[in-house]
Amino acid sequence: MPVADRNGTRVWRRRTQAQSLFHWAIWLVGTAIFVYCWQMISEATTWFFVWDAPRISADIWTRATPPRWEYVTQLGEPIWDTLNIATLGTIIAICLAVPVAFLAARNTTPSVLFVRPIALLVIVSSRSINSLIWALLLIAIIGPGILSGVMAIAIRSIGFCAKLLYEAIEEIDENQVEAIEATGARPWQVMTYGIVPQILPAFAGIAVFRWDINIRESTVLGLVGAGGIGLQLQASLNVLAWPQVSLILVVILAAVVVSEWVSAKVRGAII
Amino acid sequence: MSVELNNVLGTRWRKPPLIQRAWLRRLLWIGFFVYLVAAVATIEVNWLRVYEGLDRGLLFILAFASPDFLSRSTDIWNGMVESIVMTVAASVAGIAISIPIGLGAARNIAPLPVYLICRGIVAISRALQEIIVAILLVAIFGFGPLAGFLTLSFATIGFLSKLLAEDIESMDRVQAEAIKASGSNWLQWINYGVQPQVMPRLIGLSMYRLDINFRESAILGLVGAGGIGATLNTAFDRYEYDTAAAILILIIVIVMALEYISGIIRARVQ
Repeated sequence: MPVADRNGTRVWRRRTQAQSLFHWAIWLVGTAIFVYCWQMISEATTWFFVWDAPRISADIWTRATPPRWEYVTQLGEPIWDTLNIATLGTIIAICLAVPVAFLAARNTTPSVLFVRPIALLVIVSSRSINSLIWALLLIAIIGPGILSGVMAIAIRSIGFCAKLLYEAIEEIDENQVEAIEATGARPWQVMTYGIVPQILPAFAGIAVFRWDINIRESTVLGLVGAGGIGLQLQASLNVLAWPQVSLILVVILAAVVVSEWVSAKVRGAII
Repeated sequence: MSVELNNVLGTRWRKPPLIQRAWLRRLLWIGFFVYLVAAVATIEVNWLRVYEGLDRGLLFILAFASPDFLSRSTDIWNGMVESIVMTVAASVAGIAISIPIGLGAARNIAPLPVYLICRGIVAISRALQEIIVAILLVAIFGFGPLAGFLTLSFATIGFLSKLLAEDIESMDRVQAEAIKASGSNWLQWINYGVQPQVMPRLIGLSMYRLDINFRESAILGLVGAGGIGATLNTAFDRYEYDTAAAILILIIVIVMALEYISGIIRARVQ
């Protein structure tokens, strides 16, 4: 037990001298890094605008309230598009994620040395790039529109779904697989009767969870031109129509809350 | 022999369906297909445009084989440094703010009014997306990394406070009570009774959030909030696919490195 000697009496301490020195050094380095980063940000900032910020935000607030409620009639179709982007994107992503997950899981991959690293690379590349960037890229290739949005959401979701799914596959009970194998089942039958029933609840949970995230992401895809309610947001921002912007934000918030509620209910029913 | 068994004998076994009621199963399938058709019908595809774009798509895929790090190297370097600086600063600030809010959002520690306020902050932060917050903050604070820093800090608060509060709520009460029984004040109670229990998970979550913040910082540039996104957007606009490929490769490599490091740290603290 580390103790400190203070005026002849021994007092309990949490750490030994060396430990606290080490902790102190880590804190010092961490603080130095933070201060350095803050200085870089501070240099790149026009402080005049920052001091002016309270006035500007009050100004924006007075312009944005009350929201232009009549505009909501024009938002029906964009919201439907947004829902479609998220749902179709999720469906495509799941169809593609299942084979990738089976190739990436240690216990089902055909080759740990060659196929697994490729599958893992697919997963990490899809996961590390945001759907907005995928959308930018697809818009440059196949033109603006809903299709780019669906594809961007799909590509982005493959990695997420495949990662969670292959972790679920790696955690299955091998005894059941062995029991199916012992009946003389072919590899495909082992897959459908030994592995799939075990991962089905996890699979459904992942799909609904990702659908919820995709609703959020598809609301902003329109900012770069990939369809959905983001297009209206961008258009309203461009003409500084703040009452419309605030209404769109309210609609987006409602969509996010509803999708989160739906996904929580469905996941609660499955698991 | 029972009638049921007689009926089954001689027929092949069939997998029982997931949904027992036949009408419900069929209704769900029909509904699903109707939706699918309706949804696909809304997608207008200009096939000529897609066909023309395929060449560009091929060029882009080829660009990954020969990424161009050099011709825009200063832009890439500055953008990357700005992204990393924003990520680090925002993670530190976000974690520092989310600890008190996380404590306040845990029902077993905080009184009801504090709990409701903190949960409200968490809910707002989680419901607003980074890019929308960034648009508003750029409008308020002007272009530059400060808006990105504030956006990422704000997003970190919602994520980390919620998970921290859930962890505190599921902690072992006995340890915290033992500290309280020794006559500690509130701060000592938190420091010796609560903090050691949640520290491993807090470190793990913070590393994970650092990783997310870096990924998000890559898109904040699209709306003028600093970082590599602006460089990437310009590269796409100019159809400089080799530069864009170089930036994407850098992002992937940094994310992979961060994931690897955070995996090591998480394995060590848990």
